Amino acid sequence: MMRLPLFEFRAPRTLEEAARILDGERANAMPLAGGTDLLPNMKRRQQVPRTLMSLRHIEELHRARLDHSGSQLGACLTLTDIAEDSRFRNGLTGLAQAASLVATPQIRNMATLGGNLCLDTRCNYYDQNYEWRRAIGFCLKKDGVTCWVAPGSRKCVAVSSTDTAPALISLGARVRLVSRSGEREVLLTDLYNNDGIHYIKRRPEEILVEVLLDSLHGWKSTYWKLRRRGSFDFPVLSVAAAARLSSAGMVEDARIVIGSAACRPLLADEAAKSLVGRLLNQETIVEAASLAAKIAKPLDNTDFDMTWRKRVAAEFVTYALRELRGDDVRAERESLTRHPGI
Amino acid sequence: MATLPIESQRTSQIRMTLNGEEVDVSFAPYKTLLEILREDLGHTGTKHGCELGECGACAVLLDGKPVLSCLVLALECDGRQILTVEGLRSDGSLHPLQDAFADLGAAQCGYCTPAILVTAKALLDQNPHPNRDQIREAISGNLCRCTGYLQIFEAVEAATLKIAEQKQTAT
Amino acid sequence: MPKHKDLLALPDRDSQVNSQDLRVIGIARRRVDARAKVTGQTRFADDIFLPRMAHCKLLRSPHPHARIRKIDVTRALAHPGVYLVLTGKDLPIQYGILPVSQDEQALCLDHVRHVGDPVAAVIAREELTAFEALDLINVDYEILTTISDPEEALTTPEPRIHDYGEEGNIHKRVALEFGDVKQSFAEADEIFEDTFFYQGSTHLPIEQHASVAIKDPEGKLTIWSSTQTPHYLHRALAKVLEMPAAHIRVIATPNGGGFGGKSDPFNHEIVVARAALLLDRPVKICLTREEVFYCHRGRHPILMKFKTGVKKDGTITGMHLQTLIDGGAYGSYGVASTFYAGALQTTTYHVPRYRYEGCRTFTNKPPCGPKRGHGTVQPRFGQEVQLDKIAEKLNLDPADLRLRISESSNSITANFFRLGTVNLNECIRRVVKSSGWKEKFRKLPKGRGVGLACSAYLTGAGLPIYWNKMPHSGVQLKFDRSGGVSIFCGATEIGQGSDDVLAGIVAEALGIDPFDIRLFTGDTDLGPVDLGSYSSRVTLMAGNAALQAAERGKVMIAEAVAEKLEVPKERLHFAEKRVFDSMAPEKGVAFQEAVCLAEARFGTIGTVGSYTPPKSPALYKGGGVGPSPTYSYTAAVVEVIVNSVTGWITVPKIWIAHDIGRALNPPLVRGQVEGSVYMGLGEALMEEQEFRRLPKKLSHALVHKFPSMLEYKSPTSLDMPEVFTELVEEPDPRGPFGAKEVGQGPLLPIMPAVANAVYDAVGVRIDEVPITPEKIMKALAEKKAGREPRYGPSHFPHVNWPEALRVQPPWEGGDGNAVNEAPRRARPRTEKEKVLTP
Repeated sequence: MMRLPLFEFRAPRTLEEAARILDGERANAMPLAGGTDLLPNMKRRQQVPRTLMSLRHIEELHRARLDHSGSQLGACLTLTDIAEDSRFRNGLTGLAQAASLVATPQIRNMATLGGNLCLDTRCNYYDQNYEWRRAIGFCLKKDGVTCWVAPGSRKCVAVSSTDTAPALISLGARVRLVSRSGEREVLLTDLYNNDGIHYIKRRPEEILVEVLLDSLHGWKSTYWKLRRRGSFDFPVLSVAAAARLSSAGMVEDARIVIGSAACRPLLADEAAKSLVGRLLNQETIVEAASLAAKIAKPLDNTDFDMTWRKRVAAEFVTYALRELRGDDVRAERESLTRHPGI
Repeated sequence: MATLPIESQRTSQIRMTLNGEEVDVSFAPYKTLLEILREDLGHTGTKHGCELGECGACAVLLDGKPVLSCLVLALECDGRQILTVEGLRSDGSLHPLQDAFADLGAAQCGYCTPAILVTAKALLDQNPHPNRDQIREAISGNLCRCTGYLQIFEAVEAATLKIAEQKQTAT
Repeated sequence: MPKHKDLLALPDRDSQVNSQDLRVIGIARRRVDARAKVTGQTRFADDIFLPRMAHCKLLRSPHPHARIRKIDVTRALAHPGVYLVLTGKDLPIQYGILPVSQDEQALCLDHVRHVGDPVAAVIAREELTAFEALDLINVDYEILTTISDPEEALTTPEPRIHDYGEEGNIHKRVALEFGDVKQSFAEADEIFEDTFFYQGSTHLPIEQHASVAIKDPEGKLTIWSSTQTPHYLHRALAKVLEMPAAHIRVIATPNGGGFGGKSDPFNHEIVVARAALLLDRPVKICLTREEVFYCHRGRHPILMKFKTGVKKDGTITGMHLQTLIDGGAYGSYGVASTFYAGALQTTTYHVPRYRYEGCRTFTNKPPCGPKRGHGTVQPRFGQEVQLDKIAEKLNLDPADLRLRISESSNSITANFFRLGTVNLNECIRRVVKSSGWKEKFRKLPKGRGVGLACSAYLTGAGLPIYWNKMPHSGVQLKFDRSGGVSIFCGATEIGQGSDDVLAGIVAEALGIDPFDIRLFTGDTDLGPVDLGSYSSRVTLMAGNAALQAAERGKVMIAEAVAEKLEVPKERLHFAEKRVFDSMAPEKGVAFQEAVCLAEARFGTIGTVGSYTPPKSPALYKGGGVGPSPTYSYTAAVVEVIVNSVTGWITVPKIWIAHDIGRALNPPLVRGQVEGSVYMGLGEALMEEQEFRRLPKKLSHALVHKFPSMLEYKSPTSLDMPEVFTELVEEPDPRGPFGAKEVGQGPLLPIMPAVANAVYDAVGVRIDEVPITPEKIMKALAEKKAGREPRYGPSHFPHVNWPEALRVQPPWEGGDGNAVNEAPRRARPRTEKEKVLTP
């Protein structure tokens, strides 16, 4: 049986107490929410924090407020809370779809929104046991000096594998981070770096408290995920798209995000801009799809062939935009995800 | 690897409700719920196939919801309700799910079975009449290498009918 | 086509089949061990906790190929909580499952051959302590050249991974020819040459291997282990520990899935046994998932070349098959696998002349071995896909072609395998009908397609692993005054239902309830030897042994009851827990009373039964792999939906018909069929035991690409299609109540049927497994570019094949011996084993 390494355990009751603990421990402590990312990493000795700080008892992190003016989603809402709550529709459909496609039902009962946003980047040279990593002489991301995906690279290329971040970025979400010295709000897309090691700008002493969304009145959103099987697997490519359409079907505003094709979710700005002021028709969709796919540069460190993943990206953008237009793409969705879908 | 001498660690203690009974348990604090169930509480009905959340064999109900016991710190279970396969039986008779699994070939090697049973129970508690797609979805976090799942689906469906029948006779 | 019924020799035993009277057999019934399984009370090896139990962890090689210069364990031994550290010198004797491949050491003495090869063991109070102490062991390695695949093995004779085998890094080469194949090609109207690659895959039982060993109160060794073959583990332990086998007790705990992955004796089993004896305390090991991938013994990756000659009507004139087999780092069952890869081509369709050349190489990867369908799955894929190509070229419906050329019952094949009942055509007709084949094949809209394939599989290997004349399975029955019956048998429950088979057969024979029976199985102290749960042998072999023991008990009981009732014993009938006069059913006694009467008459009632397979007519060297008392047959139709842009593939439905002989307990049989379909579908679409060779300039590393449940893709409940299963039941007199195998055969047609369906859907050939969207998209691109619409291997490398053993087929006057082989009895059997023992 794989065992956790030893750790100190803290379970603060308030955000202030939690902030104080992190302030003292800094990088030696890790906040523990659902545990579904951190604990496997600890068992594989990828992460060996001295202190685990449970967020379970901080009531504030479990709250959700959704109304016409916008939403505040506590970081400790579970993915099941989001996937199964019918308030996450219309503008929020993409988020509900993303949450519903994470891992497995049991994991969604445990894993949290905040945890999924902070998910460690993944790479199949890194997400391995200690012994395996020793057999390759370790890698740049942990204990080694070479990136085996791109041996010439001085930058780690581990892949952003969160499902909810692309969905939330396409909705223009912000996150609120709290530390002992204060708090800040960051546009979610600005939370990430395109660097497999320093992939997140959350500072070790900060707690991601909640996700903030403005009113999504008039918006529609969708999320498409590529993985081998109907469950368990992390995304190896994803497309989140959101658009506000006029009553005539004209695109007033749009965001397209490509996930799992780099160390961070990628905003396909040019593709989104190409749609503004136009109808979603064959021509505009193809154009946007090819613009969006251009920014996807998958590498050989996940499941599936990287060139094939890139090829699929354009197809996924097409599905997403057709869905926003109102096409019936249930058959495509079911065939790809093996789920009937939300 | 950072190694603290494990032999020097003090044990922790929690009180939880396991299969309807309040239990106190002392354990090494690095242990997960899976480890204390099997090693400190003698409940070996809950299995493990990876200890990393990749197979589903260790699923139990925590406050009524299926979770992976290999990824729950035991320290986080103080005061909580745990249901394992050992707690499915009541009044000396098998739960309808257990009967159906036994009769319809839904358990071959029986190793993934305990986790699937408790997961299916949670489904039926929430949705007494699930359709095939909902059953498929509910156990999609439990790998089974023996059956090809079809007899499992059928057993859950059979149990659904039996539970409905029982309810009817009870009223 | 010629059939040689005169060569037939049916078993002389009377058929036990009398279906009208059956009360247990053939009726859907809760399996005897079901309650334990659904209540979580089945005690798997890792569920055993004993007082004072210590835990073992193995330090494994981080190098694919290296010499061990020195191991220093001082620091680990001094670590608080550590009881013992073992290294190779503590267990130097070599062992292995096959007598010809005694090439493993429990802990590598001086040579590591793959990442994961164990070099030291730490036994400590806590598992975590043992794990952490592994890091305190210093091993000084001298790195050797990494050999990562068979082609590299062929071109890199040095350094040798083993210093035995054919030469260089070639483990085994075989060449057999049955009739003049060159001539058969000259007589053909069309000749087809195709190259296929079948990727390796692993068993992935959900239960990780575990073992607990103790020195028992008498000072003997007892080991509980998740093994499919307690008898072979027993032998390996006696050899390596240099202990009398009589002082070793192996208890095979119910396996949480096996599929062939727990049928070798394993290093960790030997290590905990030694540790328990040294420490005089219980020692447990439970492998991590990654370590299970290192045990492996899974499907061999095989490159295959098929050359087949056919007449215009589809009749096969001859076939030539070549295989290049990636064996991994050890022998395991590999010699048998090499023969198996060439064995069963002749058992489905009539192949009058046949040549087989196979070559297994060593590589620096975990050893391959037997996985469900052992060695026959890969060439079955090639053969069935090639047949689809043949049908298309000849403008024949693939189902019709197969119906035309299939083998028939009681034939002897070109390579001298005696077939039992053959209901392949009935299987084909069933799936053609149920799937709506005639309305679908080449008629579905673009992107949708159907494919058909067939297979055959052994119902138990005809020969034991080590040569002997003893039975393959034995059963003892104890008849109790309580009316209960106890079964003692070495057979091992791995989920397939072997306990239920034994109970069902004995209950049927004695007219009692299966729940009146207590089973003592998989225990080398308690029951007579059964060779193990492999090669689909348990139902037929242990089943026949159980039946014989039950029939012998009936004779005694009938005699005593006849005396009491004053009726002729021949008239007595055993049913409904009674023994009664079949002419006057009210006249009888309860079974319990009947046993008491017999005990009063004869003393304690215990009977034995055993089973030895019939002698095979295949007398040539290598003819020992492939013969079976009888074969199962399967046909399957798979429907696929393929996206013509992305190549994404979905399987909505599968229709399968299996020639089972008789279904002893139908839900269990269906479960085996569907489980096989499931595992076959995993291999067809996504499962891969894949390795990563780091850039040679920078590293010698060769690692399993993803030794985890997450990245090794086992299909989930959402990936499983609908399956329509039909059983074809014509009882085979060779099996108990007519039963044949079901655990493996139904896996075989799935992969080729998927490939054939993809062709029907989008017109591209994927001559490789797994069939992934990437490969389909590449083949679609080829098609679009006007090139051959295909994805698959393009060449078969040069191998120095030995001169083939030439055996004349039965219809050309052959007697089962090779014409160019020295008389076989002259070859001393122990010679090879001697060479290999250090």
